[in-house]
Amino acid sequence: MGATTIEKILARTAGRERVRPGEIAVCRPDMVIQLDLPMAMDGGWYRPKKIYDPDRVALMFDHAIPSPSIKDASGMAEGRRFAREFGLKHFFDVGQHGISHVVAAEHGLARPGELFVCPDSHTCASGALNCAGRGIGMSDTLQAMTKGVVWYPVTPTIRYEFVGALPPQVSGKDVFFHIAHTYGGHNNASLEFGGPGLAGLAMSARRTIATMCAEVGAEFAIFDYDSVTEEYLRDRLDRPASPVAPDRDADYLDLRTIVLADIVPYLILPHSVPGNGTKLSEFNKIIRIDQAFIGSCANGQIEDLRIAAQIVRGRRVAPGVRFIVTPGSQAVYLQAAQEGVIATLVEAGAVVTNSTCGACFGYHMGVLAPGEICITASTRNFKGRMGSPAAEIYMGSPATVAASAIAGVITDPQAFAREHI
Amino acid sequence: MPDSTEIVRTGRVWKFGDQINTDLILPNTAFRLPKHEQHKFAFESIRPGWVDAVRPGDLIVGGDNFGMGSSRPVGAVLHACGIVGVVAETINGLCLRNLTNESIPAINCPGIGAMFNEGDNARIDFRTGAVENLTQGRSIRGIPLAPLLADIVIAGGVIPMLVAEGFIESEPFVAAVN
Repeated sequence: MGATTIEKILARTAGRERVRPGEIAVCRPDMVIQLDLPMAMDGGWYRPKKIYDPDRVALMFDHAIPSPSIKDASGMAEGRRFAREFGLKHFFDVGQHGISHVVAAEHGLARPGELFVCPDSHTCASGALNCAGRGIGMSDTLQAMTKGVVWYPVTPTIRYEFVGALPPQVSGKDVFFHIAHTYGGHNNASLEFGGPGLAGLAMSARRTIATMCAEVGAEFAIFDYDSVTEEYLRDRLDRPASPVAPDRDADYLDLRTIVLADIVPYLILPHSVPGNGTKLSEFNKIIRIDQAFIGSCANGQIEDLRIAAQIVRGRRVAPGVRFIVTPGSQAVYLQAAQEGVIATLVEAGAVVTNSTCGACFGYHMGVLAPGEICITASTRNFKGRMGSPAAEIYMGSPATVAASAIAGVITDPQAFAREHI
Repeated sequence: MPDSTEIVRTGRVWKFGDQINTDLILPNTAFRLPKHEQHKFAFESIRPGWVDAVRPGDLIVGGDNFGMGSSRPVGAVLHACGIVGVVAETINGLCLRNLTNESIPAINCPGIGAMFNEGDNARIDFRTGAVENLTQGRSIRGIPLAPLLADIVIAGGVIPMLVAEGFIESEPFVAAVN
């Protein structure tokens, strides 16, 4: 019996011929990221006496920047000291910043076939680039960056095969919602994505899907490497890619086919994701919104911002609605500025913010009041996630959020397009 | 004479449902608090007063996907609350890491929810996966704790291991608040 992509990457980094489900693989990471938040939180950071490789330990500020508090500022001052002390090759301070998973993709630090380590739960984002990543804890990260060791339970793998192509107004976010709605949780399983429809699935869609797999409890989530991956990574890598493909006779827990042409816009209801969705075409309630948000590691890409701009162009955000858009990185911010995307959004009444994790986790901007309703194209809808536990968070694609911001109520972007575009 | 490497916990059970997420265990409003205060908001939005009712040595019986969500240190929070073991229908993989690294043994045990009422006493042998409901006289078998994870639990968590091996300083860095 052959091996899956994840089994192969775990085996290589564990120095083993093979690993099998049920084992714990003890691996040497190819890249370890540290973030600002662990250094600001009491108990999250112990000063290292050594690190395993200064070229393979990167520091990225993303969760709380520019600093909203003295405590966050002090954490980042410590981060700068740490980067200097050990001569880190990769340090992304304020100005070079972005959300870590976006920055890692842009700078070629999440490389095909490699093992990528980061103390943020959406580290499975790297899977879009055929790079193995799963969120780990703050103490795990200390172990990875000092000792060069990280352990993973080897889980069974579920493989998704894409066929066909997506219809208009439907994006990678809806593909993920379809999977979460149809199949529910994926706890204790890794996910692999491929199939004949993969070639037509843009890298931005893949990145959204991979990032979101944390929300169905997946261990790893990884895409096959193809010409789209190769094209995205052109001129970004500082060493040749070593893509990994599954064996033809790899052992899967399940094989599932996703017909992309059948995917429709979904809405996820408040407080959890798996099995908690509805097709927007079948959603008849009028839900008035207070806030609409597009951003995060899942939806802060230039493609997401373009979708929003296209929908709001020449229109106004509904009275009483706050429409907040957060680019995923400085590079996305700059590109959006150069393309006129930011001007279009601001003309419509949106607020375009600095790149940070901020509003997605309700830490330092865009925070919700009790009783408020938000529709978001970000990562999570947990109770209290974006502010008050008495607020409600619905989730949709960037198109759904932008259309809802204009309409003032939760809106199906396909119906909106038929009526307005 | 019990084996010193045994991981057996006997205690009172707190029962939680499916999809208990990290933001319920450690809301972001507690992030900037001193470490010894971060646990005071655990489950506040769904079970106000729980932090005052939980006692050192208590156990959690969870539902499906217990601890889903972010990297925030929920192991440290539950440790500070006095929780000494977690058994759930399924435990989220990231939560499992954070529990293990804080020396809280945690295993999956499909069917556990139907076995316990809140307040029952449990005896859990994490190495073998044997779970007993001492109150009701019933038992079930979960998935044994992997030996490598058991070693981390026995060592008192990963931070003491890294300190002992000389990789990190023995006291945490504390960011200034003013």
